[in-house]
Amino acid sequence: MSTDTSFATRSQEEILELAVEEVFEIMLGCRVKPIAQCEHKPNTEFTAMVGMAGSPCGILTVCCDAKTARQVAKCRLGDTADSEEQVAEALGEICNMIAGNLKNKLAGTDEQCMLSVPTVISGGEYSFHSLAEGDSMETVLLFEGAPVAVRLQLQS
Amino acid sequence: MDKIRALIVDDSSVMRKIVERSLHQAGIELEKVVEASNGAEALAALRENVVDLILCDINMPVMDGLEFVRQAATVETAKGVPIIMITTEASESHVVQALSAGARGYIRKPFTPDQVKEHILPVLGRKP
Repeated sequence: MSTDTSFATRSQEEILELAVEEVFEIMLGCRVKPIAQCEHKPNTEFTAMVGMAGSPCGILTVCCDAKTARQVAKCRLGDTADSEEQVAEALGEICNMIAGNLKNKLAGTDEQCMLSVPTVISGGEYSFHSLAEGDSMETVLLFEGAPVAVRLQLQS
Repeated sequence: MDKIRALIVDDSSVMRKIVERSLHQAGIELEKVVEASNGAEALAALRENVVDLILCDINMPVMDGLEFVRQAATVETAKGVPIIMITTEASESHVVQALSAGARGYIRKPFTPDQVKEHILPVLGRKP
């Protein structure tokens, strides 16, 4: 999990995919692989976001439908995870861990980058506007048969 | 293996449950779990409970994990109790600060039950 010099040769997109795969495998016990985004349009009933300040600087979001978010919570908490608050917290923690894992891979452990407290939006009727002008990348994966989108918006 | 009493400090109630489940998955049996959502609550909990192990996040409101570790050293019931940080903050400076403040170990999220076992059993005087 610590900095690996081999990351220097990988694209940011590949590093994002690796960071996501590791968190899903370790924390949710599920091996996931990116899928073509055109095949599965992710639902945004639940959106978790974590800000990254320093180097790198930007915002990481994780979007999925309500059923998938509940499944994420159940994977970590068992059947006791039933309230919307618990579901939101569980998705927020997954987002937080992906952001932490990603920043360690992108910046190394000796660089300064602070993560914000996770924020989770429930309800899909919203538009997302980031004022960060820079690279944007997204990976979509299937978790329990449903798409989960992980998007990284970096500030240049 | 004897059951232990653990204090789990994290501002996320979900994360506290995740840590507790990870201890079970690592084969560490718990006699009692005390939860706190920040360093100040954890200090108050330590004055009322005797525990064998403290697992603590770093980034928390009110009082963060580093300040908690510093202040826990002054609480009589916490003296000698191992504190392990469990956090996404993986910078070298955070690790150094935590260990300098008195933490005995550092686990980065995401973590596996094996990593939990590897870091926690030695500080409890048990073989991993």
